[in-house]
Amino acid sequence: MIRFQAVHKSYRVDGRDVPALHAFDLDIADGEVFGIIGHSGAGKSTLIRLINLLERPSGGHILVDGTDMTTLSDAQLREKRQRIGMIFQHFNLLASQTVAENVAFPLRLAGERDAATIRHRVDELLARVGLSAHADKFPSQLSGGQKQRVGIARALANRPSILLCDEATSALDPQTTAAVLDLLAEINRELKLTIVLITHEMDVVRRVCDRVAVLDAGTIVESGAVADVFLHPKHSTTRRFVNEALPEEAAGEQAPFVNVPGRILRLSFRGEATWTPALGRVARETDVDFNILAGRIDRIKDLPYGQLTVAMQGARVDDALASLRQAGIEIEEITTPSPENRA
Amino acid sequence: MSSPLQSLFPNIDDWSEIGRACIDTVLMLGGSLLLTVVIGLPLGVLLYLTGKGQLRAMPKLYGILSLVVNILRSIPFIILMIVLMPLTYVLVGTKLGIRGAIPPLVIGAAPFFARLVETALREVQRGVIEASQAMGASTWQIVRHVLLPEARGGLIAGTTVTAIALVGYTAMGGAIGAGGLGDLAYRYGYLSYKSDYMLVTVVLLIVLVQIVQMLGDRIVAHYTRHQ
Repeated sequence: MIRFQAVHKSYRVDGRDVPALHAFDLDIADGEVFGIIGHSGAGKSTLIRLINLLERPSGGHILVDGTDMTTLSDAQLREKRQRIGMIFQHFNLLASQTVAENVAFPLRLAGERDAATIRHRVDELLARVGLSAHADKFPSQLSGGQKQRVGIARALANRPSILLCDEATSALDPQTTAAVLDLLAEINRELKLTIVLITHEMDVVRRVCDRVAVLDAGTIVESGAVADVFLHPKHSTTRRFVNEALPEEAAGEQAPFVNVPGRILRLSFRGEATWTPALGRVARETDVDFNILAGRIDRIKDLPYGQLTVAMQGARVDDALASLRQAGIEIEEITTPSPENRA
Repeated sequence: MSSPLQSLFPNIDDWSEIGRACIDTVLMLGGSLLLTVVIGLPLGVLLYLTGKGQLRAMPKLYGILSLVVNILRSIPFIILMIVLMPLTYVLVGTKLGIRGAIPPLVIGAAPFFARLVETALREVQRGVIEASQAMGASTWQIVRHVLLPEARGGLIAGTTVTAIALVGYTAMGGAIGAGGLGDLAYRYGYLSYKSDYMLVTVVLLIVLVQIVQMLGDRIVAHYTRHQ
């Protein structure tokens, strides 16, 4: 459990305090993948660094598994940090050391001296990230995705309970990003590790996160389960992120369908509801016509979802809506149609 | 009966003297370089660590160190050598010869080397240092296992540059009793107008500098082959 209590952070610039993060509370539960999304300069780098105290808060408390990080001595803090893994956008591997030596480094820092023990653990870690064949290579001989896998192996070396990911996929191409995210999800499942990741890509949040906080200009403007935030974004910043994650044609749903006759509604299907033929059934039962204007079907982590923007026409639209709600479909009215368009 | 060597260098009748001078120069160079690194490396690390925004930023200490380093670096070596003579005598019991030359050589070169160390360490990516902090490394562990290994290319290059500067310093030292090739060039070549002595010492000094540079480049290439 990571708990922020009234934490805030300002930097001193030219004798003035410039706030980077306004006071906030946040709980991150054990074993969840928690995403923090924000534009550059929103304060997400600062926020993630507060957890292992690479940044000291200007006020408030940060509790990691019940320990108040802000009260630890230097030696205690170093020991605690060994149990909090971290990976970085630019990997930050030791260029002068081989892959195996890079992974062994945190073990040595933690005081492990026995060469056989180190060798064994390094082999195990490299096997987990699929880099056993590259143990004796140097980072410069690896691709970006391979470097990040070394970063992950290194972060896991001391069996941490928390893994911090600082824009871990931002320097990678889409395929490599997907592979690294899959690896993170696998680690989260198998090692029951809490993962906190910061990103500026909603797609990263959608693929791996359980919960998300949206950061805008040093303030958490929205947070909650990814499905809730993703399907029903409330803050304008969140809406921008959600739209970025959509293919271009789907993003068109934000455009007003003023010339489309009927009531314009957004229907959200989650989980099992995604696979039911609800629209067809309701259309038959109520004699309402559906005109699909935009839509998508995808997954949020392991949850299938669908979101359709439809225009509904017919005498019994309200009955149709009630029937859809009963089928577990969430409905939002997007536009109030003009009187002449009302069916 | 004159050998070709004699006709080419008519004034040089004792080549073994040149051989001894070579050995003296190499000994002075080796001894002073070793001590320069021993003193300059920690000084450079200290300069780096205490610098603005660094791991152990201490503006006052950095200011003082920086000032001392700059003062020592701004005194021309030949003057530094004369100024330091009383200290040299206290340290090694003589102002002359190889032993007498080493203290001023080291005091002249160590601040120079320290600056090169500081610069080389600053080339190490901040992210790598941050990653080490995140892993729970202490400052000493970061210096020992991250900064020095990551910067070793720059450190070796800096050592080469310092060694070559020291070749020049040893030659200057020759003028005021340090011995070695500089002493030969000064006494025979300059004071006695024996230009063949001058020529031979200059060629030998060039050869020495070339060897040092080549050696340094090779070691750097070896250690940075994967970076």
